[in-house]
Amino acid sequence: MNRLGAAAAGEDRATIRAEGVVGRGRVNDFAIKLANVNGTGSATANSLIMQAIFRMGVPVSGKNLFPSNIQGLPTWYEIRVNAKGHLARSREYDLMVAMNGQTYAADIAEVSSGGYLLFDDSWALDPGLRRADVTFLGVPLARLCSDRFSSSRERILMKNVAYAGAVAALLALDPEVLAGLLQESYGSRQRLLEANQLALRLGHDYATQNFSCPLPFHLERSNRTDDLILIDGNTATALGALYAGATVAGWYPITPATSVMDNFSHLCARYRREANPEAAPGDPPFSNNYLIVQAEDELAALGVVIGAGWAGARAFTSTSGPGLSLMNELLGLAYYTEIPAVVVDVQRAGPSTGMPTRVQQADILMAAYASHGDTKHLLLFPGDPGECFEFMVAAFDLAERFQTPVMVLSDLDIGMNDWAVPRLSWDDAYQPDRGRVLGPRELEAMPQFHRYDDQDELGVTARTLPGTDSRGAYFARGSGHDRLGGYTENEVSYQEVVDRLLSKHRAAAAHMPRPVIETAAAATLGVITVGSCEPAVKEAIEILAARGTVADYMRIRGFPFAEEVASFMEGHELCFVVELNRDGQLRSLLEIEARAPAQRLRSVLIYGGLPPSAEQVVEQIANQLEA
Amino acid sequence: MPSITKPLIPLLPLARNELGLTMQDYQGGMSTLCAGCGHDSITAALIQAFFELSLPPHMIAKLSGIGCSSKTPAYFASRAHGFNSVHGRMATIATGAGAANRELTLVGVSGDGDSLSIGLGNLAHAIRRNVNMAYLIENNGVYGLTKGQFSASADVGSRSRRGDSNLLQPVDPIMLGLSLGATFLARGFSGDKAQLVPILKAAVAHRGFALVDIISPCVQFNDHEGSTKSYRYMRDHELREIETDFIGQHEEIVGSLARDRATAVTMHDGARVQFRTVPEGYDPKDRGQVEAYLRERTGRGEIVTGLLFLDESQQDMHETALTPPNGLAQLPFSKLCPGSAELESFQDGLR
Ligand SMILES: Cc1ncc(C[n+]2csc(CCOP(=O)(O)OP(=O)(O)O)c2C)c(N)n1
Ligand code: SF4
Ligand SMILES: [Mg+2]
Repeated sequence: MNRLGAAAAGEDRATIRAEGVVGRGRVNDFAIKLANVNGTGSATANSLIMQAIFRMGVPVSGKNLFPSNIQGLPTWYEIRVNAKGHLARSREYDLMVAMNGQTYAADIAEVSSGGYLLFDDSWALDPGLRRADVTFLGVPLARLCSDRFSSSRERILMKNVAYAGAVAALLALDPEVLAGLLQESYGSRQRLLEANQLALRLGHDYATQNFSCPLPFHLERSNRTDDLILIDGNTATALGALYAGATVAGWYPITPATSVMDNFSHLCARYRREANPEAAPGDPPFSNNYLIVQAEDELAALGVVIGAGWAGARAFTSTSGPGLSLMNELLGLAYYTEIPAVVVDVQRAGPSTGMPTRVQQADILMAAYASHGDTKHLLLFPGDPGECFEFMVAAFDLAERFQTPVMVLSDLDIGMNDWAVPRLSWDDAYQPDRGRVLGPRELEAMPQFHRYDDQDELGVTARTLPGTDSRGAYFARGSGHDRLGGYTENEVSYQEVVDRLLSKHRAAAAHMPRPVIETAAAATLGVITVGSCEPAVKEAIEILAARGTVADYMRIRGFPFAEEVASFMEGHELCFVVELNRDGQLRSLLEIEARAPAQRLRSVLIYGGLPPSAEQVVEQIANQLEA
Repeated sequence: MPSITKPLIPLLPLARNELGLTMQDYQGGMSTLCAGCGHDSITAALIQAFFELSLPPHMIAKLSGIGCSSKTPAYFASRAHGFNSVHGRMATIATGAGAANRELTLVGVSGDGDSLSIGLGNLAHAIRRNVNMAYLIENNGVYGLTKGQFSASADVGSRSRRGDSNLLQPVDPIMLGLSLGATFLARGFSGDKAQLVPILKAAVAHRGFALVDIISPCVQFNDHEGSTKSYRYMRDHELREIETDFIGQHEEIVGSLARDRATAVTMHDGARVQFRTVPEGYDPKDRGQVEAYLRERTGRGEIVTGLLFLDESQQDMHETALTPPNGLAQLPFSKLCPGSAELESFQDGLR
């Protein structure tokens, strides 16, 4: 828990402070959008561009706006470059790389006035689509590639690398960085390496020969990313589970959570395989210090986690909205039987199947009160992949300390996009907080063990694990039980237990990560947000300040709310709550649980399924202030 | 095989097993089920089986879902950890408990509603995974706890107490198990303890998922004329062609058993299942034969009981996952956390 305190003090993790670019206009400050067809291999080329920018030391973000489809539908990738570290989505596209004939019209319409559009002019572009205020850069990508590559698959794939080459020339991407990246990716596969190098050169040379490169907005080497890594939240979440010592996982595939378990499984194969020198011939020479169950549904996934938690393993599951809906009954079981469980919810747009590849923060209320009956859960809201790592570790500690499910509410934007974040750090002195678990020695010393008796100052009672000692045997039940663990339908005995559960939840508030708060002199209002909204909201606050509206900032990181949450709201006559859902779920939770007077809170709601931009936040706040 | 009966005169010392424990050490709380409920007889058989197997009570983990049947873990082995979970999900929780600590002896008790309706999917996949556990279905053809609705195991044409007929095909857990690759399938009758105890012992000893379907009449809602899960119906239709004995690790095969056995199967831990009688041409290790035989007998309206199918050669969940021999929950943290240096080098690849 100290780790969380420390993180709160040393916040500012997602913002990379800018320096020395003022007055140099368009260097390291632009946005490009790449329009592709899903399943054509464009993702590799796009992340090559993004990673190369990162390697040049320039703050960058890449957002994949992809369809729920394997092949054929339109897909986009957006890259934002900003020396000051504002890396939310920018919807001012300086350069559009239009590689999808189906979406030409819409893509062309989206380019900023004065911007550029790169397209494949192997075929003529409908003149009706042209815009006078946009410079059209035709590169005969298909032709260049069919001249040099023979197989049709290769031609399609290499066309992507060729446009990356053209973009590199236009933006002054360092060729050495690109060459290095290709080498790392394909080093051992010589033929593939050569094909990629050739394609890159084809695009690059064509652009240099035909356009005046670089464009007025372009890149220059910097050192702003030296201490950063590029990582997506799902990888970081899996790393957190690995480092926290999770040994059992249950899951059922679902976008956008699948890569949590994919990564966990890869990491375990790499770090949790223990050589067994005594293995008999024919036996495997190693053993796996983990067990991942790909379950038949999310009920089973959470059931596995609860069973493992009951038996003393650190266990977790990862899912998204539809899976969390299915898990409701079992979340109530774990809550009432007081069994630790960690559930990662990588939120996507609902309701129902909704938009599986679009982002929302719309599971907040369900998660807070998941299951029938009076239930309240512990929630953690990471704001970036760095916090995914950190909060996963915290989640296991909290789950065992408070003997209850803990949900980590990430989202698709954090989970599936690469973010530039400070290097993750690990304290080798860390020991897991297993909470109150009694072993034979403690049981020996006590006259009689009762599971739900003898609460500590947090309202937590001691548990025992099956397989350790008969004197600690107890009967866990989801049915009404009393302080001694016996079945009850008696009103007083029943209430005694559920009241303690409530006090436990209240006590947990002081142990949750504190909110990130940034205050400004002469602020007249507060802006509250959560999770992946941070970059857009911080940028919006800066824009608003430049226009004379100064605001304090608070990003909530846990539920039950830390004390600071209520005092922040008390300190402001008016607070805007920025979140990615239609109904203002965080705002409702603040009203219910942090005693926030309803008239002080106003909603800024962005719920179309795409990551928010600062402009959207500014617009909604400004409109409401004017009204 | 030691034969355990109630002491004849109270002054005799109670029989003790290899651990020095008595039957009482495997008993639980007072049952709150209806007098005469088949489930209570199964509880008694379990207690005897645990006692005879000399199971250390603290290594037993007893689990259940929801239903009258699922209440029974409270009535046996109170010195073991128990978990009465939610309706239909016991198999998943047992899977997790077993995943965390493979040294536990997992015993799951469920009902036909709990396993064959709401929990059918989870049961099927626990079978596929070959989770190492004994899984009992206390099968009465009705939902006892919700007062007598037909369950998924009710036979076509069987009548409810109120008089209506079930028109839907039953789910037969044994047939289901055969098709899913189950490694241990048995059917018993709550009224036949002598047959049930060795089956339960073998189920516990089996390395893998042991499914035991036990016809267990509900005296309240399904023991009337027209029911196919009543005591009366079972007495009239039960077919005991297959007889097995369970011979523990350290026991000798004695006398006639050794001679007229049809076939014997050695269990993973060295114990043996001895098939004393089986019908002509019946091989309990041959999935196809067992299925054909059961279909034929079921078609004649007979309910075959006994240990019907056994395959000791398959890997269980842990063997498939190549986990270490002891419980994952017992691994020290130092073996689980790669540490800061590894994190640094991992991150060198994220630039
Ligand atoms: C999710 C859910 N739905 C419904 C119920 C109500 N319910 C309790 S027990 C039961 C049926 C139990 O039948 P079975 O498993 O055959 O057990 P029996 O009582 O016959 O032994 C039902 C439907 C419940 N507890 N939970
Ligand atoms: S209702 Fe039926 S199943 Fe339930 S306890 Fe009574 S007899 Fe047994
Ligand atoms: Mg039933």
